This record gives sequence, structure tokens and C-alpha cells, in this order.
Amino acid sequence: MAIEVKIPTILRTYTGGEKSVEAKGDTLAALIDDLDANHAGLKGRLLTDDGALHRFVNVYVNDEDVRFTGSLETALKDGDVVTVLPAVAGG
Amino acid sequence: MARYESLIDALGDTPLVGLPHLSPRWDGERPVRLWAKLEDRNPTGSIKDRAALAMVRAAEADGRLTPGCTILEPTSGNTGISLAMVAKLRGYGLVCVMPENTSIERRQLLEMFGARIIFSPAAGGSNQAVASAKELAAQNPDWVMLYQYGNAANAQAHYEGTGPELLRDLPSITHFVAGLGTTGTLMGTGRFLREKVPDVQIIAAEPRYGELVYGLRNIDEGFVPELYDDAVLTSRFSVTSYDALRRTRDLIEHEGIFAGISTGAILHAALGIADRVAGRDERADIAFVVADGGWKYLSTGAYSGSLQQAAEQLEGQLWA
Repeated sequence: MAIEVKIPTILRTYTGGEKSVEAKGDTLAALIDDLDANHAGLKGRLLTDDGALHRFVNVYVNDEDVRFTGSLETALKDGDVVTVLPAVAGG
Repeated sequence: MARYESLIDALGDTPLVGLPHLSPRWDGERPVRLWAKLEDRNPTGSIKDRAALAMVRAAEADGRLTPGCTILEPTSGNTGISLAMVAKLRGYGLVCVMPENTSIERRQLLEMFGARIIFSPAAGGSNQAVASAKELAAQNPDWVMLYQYGNAANAQAHYEGTGPELLRDLPSITHFVAGLGTTGTLMGTGRFLREKVPDVQIIAAEPRYGELVYGLRNIDEGFVPELYDDAVLTSRFSVTSYDALRRTRDLIEHEGIFAGISTGAILHAALGIADRVAGRDERADIAFVVADGGWKYLSTGAYSGSLQQAAEQLEGQLWA
């Protein structure tokens, strides 16, 4: 099961400069574990020591913020697109 | 009664208009209807007039703002323009810290109202403007920073204005959709509606910019407005420039509404929700915010050429 993960500029040091990588997982948590297996250290930048999503990291599955769809338990399926972005100000 | 003592008194009470052509089902037993709240009808042409006036009034009431004071504010444009109008009428100076990658019309409007603009670097977007403004505030202790991202009067303006107006005009409201910037509109209107309407859904649309805007040095430089409480929201969508532009044009093409680009992002989220509800064969009355008109974005090329070209031209610009 291949899921496209879009990586923000600030985290591309972990993906060898790649803007987008493929990963596997039935849930976001599993996907992040799989990402970390291939891009060591990435998990530590996305999650806090307690295992929750970092306050300044936003993750979207098909453009919807995962904090409102089950957070790390959000279910994933083949063809989904996961986008990681740092939180920035609007207004 | 449509007569007012002054321009400021004409703020708010904006029209709510239906979208009979873009709504999935306008008529029938289980309609799924979209309603646009035309916040471009405010005195300076955006929803930010509400927050700006409320923040100035609150600062006057608590004694922080006195005649002759200088106001300082980080803004990507609309809040600055609103504050500039209020400051001019009430006799304050205004210094705006604005990212350099904002449209020329915003600069012209700010200058016309007599505001001084200090530009912050494009990289880092509004985060950088906020950081620069905080430095300036420390260096100029006599300036008054109203700070829209953490000022309770911002959300309160919507709790007392936008929310009650919506419920009065659309008692059958099921969803409210607005843009997520300072989060003031969603927090204030959302809290009011949640108190009055069981099961109302509060939906945020946030702009997804080009990479330049997310150019932080590290994740810890990220920013979440102090006003933000995710318990108020039901869901949150990230909308690309392309989708925002596409919907902005749909709004003109099918409903005759000439809106700014962030409104296209809001409509995109609203239509996504409308389609889900229609697919379940339920009814819905979905109100969304038209945050401003399209006038300030004409120079960006948003309304001409192909969508792809327009989206490419917007890359790196702050459009919400």
C-alpha cells in the first residue's frame, strides 16, 4: 500500500532533499513509523516525546487536518496523499 | 434603517445571500444550501473591520490607547487597512509590519489612509511579521500593539456581531465555514453558534501557500495564534492556491459575486462539506464568509489567464 507523503522544506534534510516520498501504513501512526524506518529521525521531528503530534506540525490527509479525524489513529488507504506542513501565521 | 452617524457606525450587519446555482440542492424536502455572508460590505471592504474596531474600543476602554498614541500591528493587509481607517478617524498613528510579498493594492490603501509600513522579509510570511512587530514593540514601549492573534476583542467582535447576525438571518444554520488566520472569526462565531445551535458544525479553511512562506529555520519557529482553541472546530481543511482561485472564479461565473482569493478557499471547503451532506441525502444550510472583495487582488493576475498561470503567479504571495 503506497501513500504519497509531502515533506516541507524544513524537514527535507531527512529525505535527502526529496519533496515527496512514499510510505506504508493503515494508520497515520503506522505511516510515521514506516517513514522513520527509511528516513531516520523524522519521527522525532513530527511527534513529541509523549508520542503526540508536535504543536507546530500540521498533518493533512487529502487536505483534511488529522487532528479532527482521529489524529494519529486516522485511517489511511492506498492513494491517499499525506501533507506535512509547519504551522504558520495568517491574518 | 440604513442611516448612520458616521462610517464606523455602518460596520457589520452585512447581507447574507444564497447561492442557488452552486448549492447541491437549492429546493426540495432536503435542501443543501450555501449562503454567503458578504463581509466585503464593511467600511473598508473586509471582515477585519469588525476586529479592528473592537480591539481599538477595548484598548480605549482599558486606558492603553489615549489620544495621539501610535498603534503597531503585524498584518498581511486587511487588518492593517481596517486599523488605518479607525486610527485616522480617532486620531491615532499607525505602524503596520507587513510581509513584502503582499499585493501592491494593500500597500497603496495603507499609504492612502496614512499608515506607515515596515516590511518584513517574504521568507517566513506572517510569522516573520509577527516576530518583527514584537521586536519593534520592545524597542518602542510607547507604541501600543493591539496584536490581533492574541487579542480577545478580536474573537469577541464575532461572538457579538457575526454570530448573532448569522443566527438571526439563518435560524436553520447547520454549518459555518470561514478562513483560519488569526482564528478570531472562527473562535468568536463558532463559540456563539455552538451555544445556540445543537450539533452545528464549525469548519476552517486555511490557505496553503508556496514553499517560501513555510521557510522557517526550524519547527520550533512555528506559530499558533494564542486565540486558537481547536475544541471550537469540527474540521479543518488546507486549500491550495489553485483550488482557491478556481472557486473564486466559480463564484463570479455562477453567482456574480466578485470576491477575494481567500473566499475561494473558504468556498472550496464549504462545497466539499456540501457534497458530503448531499451524498448522505441529508439537509443542510451552510453559511460561509466572503472575507473581502476581489479588488485588492487584481494586480496578482488572479482573475485573468488560465487557472494554472494564475496559480503560478500567486506562488510565494500571501493571498489571505
